[in-house]
Amino acid sequence: MRIDVQAVTKSFGDFRALHDVTLVVPQGSLTALLGPSGSGKSTLLRIIAGLETPDSGSVLIAGNDVTAARVQERCIGFVFQHYAAFAHMSVCENIAFGLRIRKRPKAEVRERVDELLALVGLTKWAQQRPDQLSGGQRQRMALARALAVSPQVLLLDEPFGALDANVRTELRRWLRRLHDEQHVTTVLVTHDQEEAMDVADTIAVMNTAEIEQVGSPRDVYDRPATEFVMGFLGPVSRIDGRLVRPHDVTVSPLPRSDAIEAVVSRVVHLGFEVRIELELPGGEAARAQLTRAQADELGIEPEDIVYVKYPAAQVALTA
Amino acid sequence: MRISRRATLSLRALALLYLTLLLLLPLAVVFARTFEHGLAVAWTWMTTPAAISAFWLTVLVAVIAVPLNTIFGVGCALVLVRGRGRGRPLLDALLDLPFLVSPVMVGLSLILVYGEQGWFGKWFVSQGISIIYAVPGIVIATIFVSLPFVVREVAPVLIEVGDTQEQAAATLGASSWQTFWRVTLPSIRWGVAYGVVLTTARALGEIGAVLVVSSNVAGSTLTLPLLVYQRSSQIGAQSITSAYAAATELAVMSLVVLLAMTLLGPRRREAQ
Amino acid sequence: MLYLSVIVLIPLAAVAVKAFSGGLRSFWDAISNAVALQALAVTLGASLLVAAIGAVMGTIVAWVLVRDQFPGKWLVNALIDLPFALPTIVAGLTLLALYGPDSPFGIHLAYTRAAVLVALLFVTLPFVVRSVQPVLIELDRQVEEAAASLGASNATTFRRIVLPALGPAILSGAALAFARSVGEIGSLVLIVGKVQIASIVIFADIESNAAQAAAALSVVLLTLSLVVLLVLRRVGGRVAH
Repeated sequence: MRIDVQAVTKSFGDFRALHDVTLVVPQGSLTALLGPSGSGKSTLLRIIAGLETPDSGSVLIAGNDVTAARVQERCIGFVFQHYAAFAHMSVCENIAFGLRIRKRPKAEVRERVDELLALVGLTKWAQQRPDQLSGGQRQRMALARALAVSPQVLLLDEPFGALDANVRTELRRWLRRLHDEQHVTTVLVTHDQEEAMDVADTIAVMNTAEIEQVGSPRDVYDRPATEFVMGFLGPVSRIDGRLVRPHDVTVSPLPRSDAIEAVVSRVVHLGFEVRIELELPGGEAARAQLTRAQADELGIEPEDIVYVKYPAAQVALTA
Repeated sequence: MRISRRATLSLRALALLYLTLLLLLPLAVVFARTFEHGLAVAWTWMTTPAAISAFWLTVLVAVIAVPLNTIFGVGCALVLVRGRGRGRPLLDALLDLPFLVSPVMVGLSLILVYGEQGWFGKWFVSQGISIIYAVPGIVIATIFVSLPFVVREVAPVLIEVGDTQEQAAATLGASSWQTFWRVTLPSIRWGVAYGVVLTTARALGEIGAVLVVSSNVAGSTLTLPLLVYQRSSQIGAQSITSAYAAATELAVMSLVVLLAMTLLGPRRREAQ
Repeated sequence: MLYLSVIVLIPLAAVAVKAFSGGLRSFWDAISNAVALQALAVTLGASLLVAAIGAVMGTIVAWVLVRDQFPGKWLVNALIDLPFALPTIVAGLTLLALYGPDSPFGIHLAYTRAAVLVALLFVTLPFVVRSVQPVLIELDRQVEEAAASLGASNATTFRRIVLPALGPAILSGAALAFARSVGEIGSLVLIVGKVQIASIVIFADIESNAAQAAAALSVVLLTLSLVVLLVLRRVGGRVAH
């Protein structure tokens, strides 16, 4: 179900969390709200959910204005960063909760719960309590619980933030596969740009209460609309008054036209990649990123003088 | 700190000696004195009409006071922790009053309000209801002194559990009542249980306030603590044994309470 | 809120009103006559002493319960709550038995101020212990180890590191003990004899229909407790009991 956020503004006392934010989440998409802490992304998600009310603006789900509707009425699924598991209920009862509230017949509830347990791979854990599960399992339970009532939209608030790095990676791939099967319109809040790019169809980059850019992962990475977006999505080097990606910088020991002269201050070997730290005329520092093969071929050492170029076609922004 | 063996043992001995003298001896004495003249005598004293009616009155008062204070306590804790009104610090401070007020003052205050000359007393008397020198007075006094326990135990648990579970329940469609009943209450149940135990202990043992608001006529308005007082104020060896008998009943009840406190104590802060 | 008012606020207001019902002069007379003053002095003195002793012994007991290990410790820990669970009148009765005329040990303390002290120490035991225990448990041992590594003796470490950390909890517990002692009656009513205690005087006043005097004295007692509690809480910060 498509989500329309129109001109939403929200403040908490003196702190402005959202300023005139407008966003369209296409039906069936997986959209990430990406940004640093305090950018307003969680607030936006909670407003869509109905856990907060906007000071002004409106929210539409599937074309219906739900701005005034309570969270219980919006038929959404919400997954919290720290699971919000019902500690005193079993996994089974947690998942069944939404259905029991709606007084669905027992047989139906039983069937749906079994279905979801299989979907999230927790069938063997059905009778356990949440505190007997790992973080990753708890989050899968939370997802199953949210999906049980067949929500119109699925909202996830930094769902992998509390998990270990490798569990995080595993779970986000799993989420993407789930989405490909179930096609529920999903909005995911995260501060991890790698996660957003790995999982989402569309990324909305947010910064201090506003959306700076909305686009596919490729779009926001290759064609950033603002300096902030560029810097948030990936590493940036400032050369010759331009912002460039380090891996787009070419380094040569031979003078070339249009190239800038620089001194190598440090060569850092990071496994497959090699980072060359440069000192530009004027004292500025910049970085180039080469593959190991390239670096070996060039044989660069600190104190060398090199000639640095960036592809004109890849326009970066003016700093 | 690594303390020397000698110092550790000395501290331990000091603490245990202090506790034995202060706590264990009195308890031992109660039981010893009660059964001094034999089991039969003690039993007789525990089963006189006065003793039996005192027992049941004590129980009755507790049965009224504890549930009322529990409902109030849970509601109050919710207001204090999840509420948004501006009167909350005041409410918090007021809840300390029953702890601070001397029981005699409680008794006095109730006489002034519900007694014959009292603010509301006149109305009650005209309706033929007597509060002071009757059971209702005892009940109100007991409610007063045991009021804050449930609130004070439940509030920290509510804070610790946090409200994300309740938010989750809302997203799943639960109404406020459903959320309270299915999610909030189960999550605080150990805090409530412990608070109930403390409330019960206080209600069973109340003496100061009820001493003031009840008459001394045996059978009508004597609770067990009052019976102990009355019997020990009388002269004669028999009386003192009878007092001990009643005291033993109370001591046994309080040991049960202590057991409940010990079992529930560690669980009460669990967010389960 | 309504419940609170009916049960608590209105009756207390009535006492306040009664206390001053004869005017300020009458209030002053009620609390400044010889009996009242002596009772207040005895009560205050006893309560302060109990708070002080309780603070020291309570801390020691808490220390032993947290830092020491011995069989049956769990039982000792459970017994700390006995004064909360046991009706005060029973406590008074047992003290009468132990230290009264029939004392098995030949100690005759009853009807003296010493008896009052012992009774109050019994009743207030859990306050300091239960206040200090959780703080002691939470104490970061590594801070003490750091002090030791820098050369501090045990006494110094205790004085400069542990005690300041425990301070607020001890004060809070002592304040509660004080407030409780000031108003205590159940455990004292049997052993008090001729010793004048504020709550007994109030009781006597009520029995002899001197309600105004009783009210005046009560108000003073409550104010005392409130003031001490507020001051100590302000100084120490609130610790959950």
